[in-house]
Amino acid sequence: MTPTQTAEKTRAIVVEEVIPHTPEKVWHALTNSDLIARWLMSNDFRPERGHKFTFQATPVGDWNGTVDCEVLEMDEPRLLKYSWFGGSATTPSRYILESTVSWILTPVDGGTRVKMIHDGFVSPRNDIGYDQMSQGWGTVLQRISKVIDEAA
Amino acid sequence: MQTHTSAQQTDLTIVMRSLADPTRRDLFERIVRSRETTVGSLAGAVAISQPAVSQHVRALKQAGLLTERRDGRNIFYRADPEGFAPLVDWLDHYAVFWRDRFDALKTLLKEMDQ
Repeated sequence: MTPTQTAEKTRAIVVEEVIPHTPEKVWHALTNSDLIARWLMSNDFRPERGHKFTFQATPVGDWNGTVDCEVLEMDEPRLLKYSWFGGSATTPSRYILESTVSWILTPVDGGTRVKMIHDGFVSPRNDIGYDQMSQGWGTVLQRISKVIDEAA
Repeated sequence: MQTHTSAQQTDLTIVMRSLADPTRRDLFERIVRSRETTVGSLAGAVAISQPAVSQHVRALKQAGLLTERRDGRNIFYRADPEGFAPLVDWLDHYAVFWRDRFDALKTLLKEMDQ
């Protein structure tokens, strides 16, 4: 995470649900590379703090589909946090998304409360120049038109 | 930290609704491309009356998509990147992505029982 980003306004996606499995079992699914590949993406994850790994997904727009990660926190079976950096397809040296993903497991009656927080989405004014954003808007507008046309 | 809550869904709805009108969307695209413009010059560029343009501009401003700058008798409008925050690609992409992955995780956990 770049130092300048900490002062900026960020947004997060939160998914939270109680699921009927023990925290230990959920932890296993979150931290075993083969199992992660079955529900998330192919990866070279290892449950070690400081371990650097990648996820590989289908490229979208300017994103090359690679997610560069590092295990930031591990407290079995309660907390797992990794960085989640998305690379640019057109500028390989540049990250176009610098964020973190946290998994918080809490034992509850009948299972585990699983909370996923994907944090660090920066508002466009903060990280992208006006001209670049104008181009982005073109894309957004095309998408809106498409959604509206489909709804009509 | 802000979460992706129903309040933001409302923002999204307002932005979507304000841009649902094709004429208004055309005007907004002209404002984005011009960087800064007035109602007068917009009305000159499209085949609609100045009061009608004014009304569209007001709707876009209420949706948070425009900022204004007064200079004497003129008001200059420009697109406001903050207004598009509810529509940021990554948020949309990952909101759907994580919902799907979460479901896949639950399926996998069920399979681990068998």
